[in-house]
Amino acid sequence: MKKLALLAGTALALAIGAVSGASAADKLKACWVYTGPIGDFGYSYQHDQGRLAVEKELGDKVETAYVENVAEGPDAERVFERFAREGCGIVFGTSFGFMDPELKVAKKFPDVKFEHATGYKSAPNMGLYNARFYEGRYILGQIAAKESKKGLAGYIVSFPIPEVVMGINAFMLGAQSINPDFKIKIVWVNSWFDPGKEADAAKALFDQGADIIVQHTDSTAAIQVAEERGLKGFGQSSDMIKFAPKAQMTAIVDDWGPHYIKSVKAVLDGTWKAGDVWEGIKDGTVHMADYTNMADETKKLAEETEAKIVGGWNPFTGPIVDQDGKERYAAGVVAPDGDLLGMNWYVKGIDDKLPQ
Amino acid sequence: MLEAIILTVITAATPLLLAAIGELVVEKSGVLNLGVEGMMVMGAVAGFAVTVSTGSPLLGIVGGAVAGVLVSLIFAFVTLTLVANQVASGLALTLFGLGLSGLMGESFVGQPGIKLQSLDIPGVTSLPFVGKILFGQDILVYLSFAAVFAVSWFLNRTRAGLILRAVGDNHSSAHALGYSVIGVRYLAVIFGGAMAGLGGAYLSVAYTPLWVENMTAGRGWIALALVVFASWLPWRAVIGAYLFGAVTVLQLHTQALGIGFPSQFLAMLPYLATVIVLVAISGNRRATLFNTPSSLGKPFVPDR
Amino acid sequence: MMRLELVKRPQKSRLMSVLSPIVAVALTVVFAGIVFAAQGHSPFTGIWYFFLEPITSLWGVEQLITKATPLVIIALGLSVCYLSNNWNIGAEGQLTIGAIVGSILPILFPDFVSPVVLPLMLLMAMAGGALFALIPAKLKTVFGTNEILTSLMLVYCSNLFLDWMVRGPWRSPQGYNFPITIDFHEWAVLSAVDVGGIYLNLSAPIALLLVAILAVVMRSTLKGFEIRVLGQSPRAGSFAGFSNRRMTAFAFALSGALAGLAGMMVVMSEIGKLQPVISPGYGFTAIIVAFLGRLNPVGILIAGLVIASSYLGGEAIQTSLQMSSKLATVIQGVLLFFVLAADTLILYKVRLVPGREGERAHA
Repeated sequence: MKKLALLAGTALALAIGAVSGASAADKLKACWVYTGPIGDFGYSYQHDQGRLAVEKELGDKVETAYVENVAEGPDAERVFERFAREGCGIVFGTSFGFMDPELKVAKKFPDVKFEHATGYKSAPNMGLYNARFYEGRYILGQIAAKESKKGLAGYIVSFPIPEVVMGINAFMLGAQSINPDFKIKIVWVNSWFDPGKEADAAKALFDQGADIIVQHTDSTAAIQVAEERGLKGFGQSSDMIKFAPKAQMTAIVDDWGPHYIKSVKAVLDGTWKAGDVWEGIKDGTVHMADYTNMADETKKLAEETEAKIVGGWNPFTGPIVDQDGKERYAAGVVAPDGDLLGMNWYVKGIDDKLPQ
Repeated sequence: MLEAIILTVITAATPLLLAAIGELVVEKSGVLNLGVEGMMVMGAVAGFAVTVSTGSPLLGIVGGAVAGVLVSLIFAFVTLTLVANQVASGLALTLFGLGLSGLMGESFVGQPGIKLQSLDIPGVTSLPFVGKILFGQDILVYLSFAAVFAVSWFLNRTRAGLILRAVGDNHSSAHALGYSVIGVRYLAVIFGGAMAGLGGAYLSVAYTPLWVENMTAGRGWIALALVVFASWLPWRAVIGAYLFGAVTVLQLHTQALGIGFPSQFLAMLPYLATVIVLVAISGNRRATLFNTPSSLGKPFVPDR
Repeated sequence: MMRLELVKRPQKSRLMSVLSPIVAVALTVVFAGIVFAAQGHSPFTGIWYFFLEPITSLWGVEQLITKATPLVIIALGLSVCYLSNNWNIGAEGQLTIGAIVGSILPILFPDFVSPVVLPLMLLMAMAGGALFALIPAKLKTVFGTNEILTSLMLVYCSNLFLDWMVRGPWRSPQGYNFPITIDFHEWAVLSAVDVGGIYLNLSAPIALLLVAILAVVMRSTLKGFEIRVLGQSPRAGSFAGFSNRRMTAFAFALSGALAGLAGMMVVMSEIGKLQPVISPGYGFTAIIVAFLGRLNPVGILIAGLVIASSYLGGEAIQTSLQMSSKLATVIQGVLLFFVLAADTLILYKVRLVPGREGERAHA
């Protein structure tokens, strides 16, 4: 059966080879590898919005391609290599788990440019990029502490990785800056993706007394529960105001477009260098959705903090004490990026325990 | 608090129960359809699409059921008319459903849905404790219990149910007695498709009014396991679905208490609980064997 | 009204055994062509990329073999289960636990560097997978608990356990607290060798060897006879002195061992450490491979290659034609339907008959 297919294939190849080989060589092909489906309306969706922004901005100078739903294991290397072989000028690996396979392929194809999101290994032709989502989370913390009547927020999280822990800490630091006794309850759903379970988690947290919900999961389920119960919450990854017009106070929107446009332009101009960029609110990569459904005073505070962050202030500025009472950063000391990237401890006031 | 937990458990259990009760009838007729996940996710996307397009969640759940039926017909044709292997065809149906639902749902990503209304009887629904639990649910919750009643009655008390069981237990004899084995099985598979479609629609119309790809997140598989858990007895499917839902919700509550126990082990609990309870009740092997449809998964071709 | 009627052939049709997969693929090609055209692509280009382009380069063939290998190994074990009426659908979990157990050596004893590490790891992975598979087997034989449920539920548990291991006790101290273990040392990884332009590691020859062994065992040994007899008629089997309980344990242990072996080899060759995801659902896909291969070792080998190529084709239409991965999944599903349905032609002739006559035939 294979043989016959091969025979037929050669015939077809002759017929089509010319067509497929003739894709314009002067165009730059920019390629993306996503770990989730682009229909997740969350992490992968936002990266794909970034890809579309590149198409829109650079028009016929580029051609883009993507593969979605790539498991962060055995399949990843093949997908990266396929892109490299197909003549992609630059390949973006959008998830931490792609780090090693992408690096392997980058070493094999020194002429192709690679960029990897949220990792720490790089190469002369593989740069790193990441977003300072924690900046937004600090603002969420302040808003929550101002708006919560009970001083208690529920926090729904996916998996304990540094990015998530960093977010919880930033939120808590923000909240404590307003109300030192502010508390959070944390629920791990152990999935990036299960709207039903996220809704159940939100209900459990509300039932245990929280009146504000924060999420580090992708779907709109949790904030819809908040809307239904007349309570408040925040959107994640994208602006979810359509899903919760009365409940969403703001949302941390991942806007990868500016970064992708910059990188692809650099490749077109021949100025691309493997960088290690970690962009935040200032660069537009982290974008706060409109502040609504909150007191004017809270809104003003949020805007001030946002301005302060844009001005260069880092929410992880000491004094910062960890959960066991140990001082991690003395007054005025800013946590170095390396520490943040691997953050595996909670700040004071969090009752949850991290797996050790 | 208890009332709140029960309310959450009901929503978590209903989609499982709907799909499981459908699959139970399918299996009772001797057909093993492993494509529940695919039918459910089709029901979810169709339910959402119809709801948003027409503005009516009620039409949405009908749409979900219809979508479930349509894809189940592919399975029925391949396995019943063409006697293809049921296990592999069911898995193919799951792939097909996941892919097709993703395609159909592309334009609905990021659109808010409309939630199915719950019953609200003035003065009754507001009764303390029982009001909301008994008289404040949406139509699909009541339907899931009605389906359990109906299936139980149908299988045990009606002639048609007897025929269906006969077909599932010994298709050759049933055929010899003049019953249309294939016809009965077609009807059973269609019923299973409708119920899985309803289960899926429950997710996108009542549970979490939104559409995202693969939003069933494995619930079809759990529903399949629950049929086995139920030992093909409708009432046990209720116990299974509510046990699974209850443990899921309780583990989330336990986490929120902040005891610091690794969440992975808590997340295992619903699966382990199902296994342990099944082991405990499967001590009576003879009863289990008695309820197991003997022709399950075996193809049938009328000879002449 | 016309209806389809199947007429049993006196014996299996040799011709159809060969022809049916070709018919199925041809039908899928037509279906895919229509879908591609409907999506605004040239059907021929689409067909070329989905079915053929992935295997037109040596690299593509290498990828095909790499992807098919674990599927074939796992499906071989599952075929023994299914032939003997043991419904193990938990190979994914057995794969995971096997890989965890095998990884004990390079992770907990990184200083134990020796050529024996690799074979030891494979053996430990097989033992781990087998023991884990014995849980549903024992629950079935001792308590009569249905194995479909137990084996499936244990998949979720094993994945969560792996998740905990790589985030908790086995997390690499050098990994910035990301959920990964330390990298395996050089004696704990399978490296690829250049075989005529194709880079292969040990796993592909092992898969071929297993196909050959199982083919011989099933065809010409008493064990093979026992498996088939107990599968077809447990009662007849017990009259012949075979034990159903022992067969259940044997079949589960064998398929668990093979799943563990496959998982370990994937980890050793393609990942080089443990992480939360080590398998893109190989254990579930292998169920399809087992049945598509008609539970026959050589059939499984072919089915493994077909399924693997459908994954590569799915990626190809995404990368080259910017088509959706969902489309690829739909075509995969349809391909399966066609292949399974076409198999009917081997045992039956299909006739179109007027509806009424059909009814009478039924009554």
